[in-house]
Amino acid sequence: MLESLKPAVIALQNEFGAEVVEFRDEVSLIIQPEKNIEALQALRDRFGFNFLIDVTAVDYWPQETPRFHVLYHVLALDTNALLRLRVPLNGNGPSLRTCEGVWPSANWYEREIFDMFGIRFDGHSDMRRIIMPFEWEGHPLRKDYPLGYEEVEFTFNFEEINQRKLHPKI
Amino acid sequence: MGIEQKVGNMGVVTTTLEEVVNWSRTNSMWPMLFGLACCAIEMMSAQASTYDMSRFGMELMRASPRQSDLMIVAGRVSRKMAPVLRQLYDQMPDPKWVVAMGDCASCGGVFNNYAILQGVDEIVPVDVYVAGCPPRPEALIHGIITLHEKVKQEKLGKWK
Repeated sequence: MLESLKPAVIALQNEFGAEVVEFRDEVSLIIQPEKNIEALQALRDRFGFNFLIDVTAVDYWPQETPRFHVLYHVLALDTNALLRLRVPLNGNGPSLRTCEGVWPSANWYEREIFDMFGIRFDGHSDMRRIIMPFEWEGHPLRKDYPLGYEEVEFTFNFEEINQRKLHPKI
Repeated sequence: MGIEQKVGNMGVVTTTLEEVVNWSRTNSMWPMLFGLACCAIEMMSAQASTYDMSRFGMELMRASPRQSDLMIVAGRVSRKMAPVLRQLYDQMPDPKWVVAMGDCASCGGVFNNYAILQGVDEIVPVDVYVAGCPPRPEALIHGIITLHEKVKQEKLGKWK
């Protein structure tokens, strides 16, 4: 890993019990959900990581438990050092504390995670859906959400599908 | 025939009411700006100088639905946009026509999933479907001319 990353990684390992995963030149740290805000704040204040690139989530059902991983990507603009934090979460509607206090730009990212995965963020100022319509039920990017495609109409099943299709009221 | 031979020199032409009204409706049909996605680029280039749609009467594109009679749905319609589209369609005054431009507006196109409306005819009644991804400007103009021919065959009793 880059030399500029080493102090941050060692400090997070000692203080927050993070596991380090390295792949080529990328460094990921796995942090438990109770410590996510403190870790992000330490990165921002003490180690000069001043740019939150992305907050996103991944669903690993059914291969792994815990099922969701919330990912934070932070960048230090001065040294060009990129670090990834993974927070594993489990369950149907897990919740995590919001990091809006540390980086206000995480507002829309966390709304998107709530919309697509159903992970609630405690303390968020505006927890509503951002991509799907507001009354939508279900969280589309979970692995157990149906694809939602329409059946293809051929000549042999055209009439029966056409009766079930939506037609407008004129 | 007969009467025009007598009074034709005075500049009088006889015709039926249907023909005149349908002719005037087709020759000044103003579309509403409803370009949603990539098909909007082709609609813009059909309106611009090389493939001019003003030759066919579509001189302006009005952004307000109250002042337009044709809605060209150009682009994919997501489920979040669908009530907005229906509301704009309801705000257009009669007589109004809808052209579904492109594959996404006709049948959902390449997007066969939960977020995109599978064809805009789930929410508004469509008169002409123009196929293509995106349709060339000439294809859109062909669709508009097909709509003109459809309008020219409308009957008195069926006028809205």
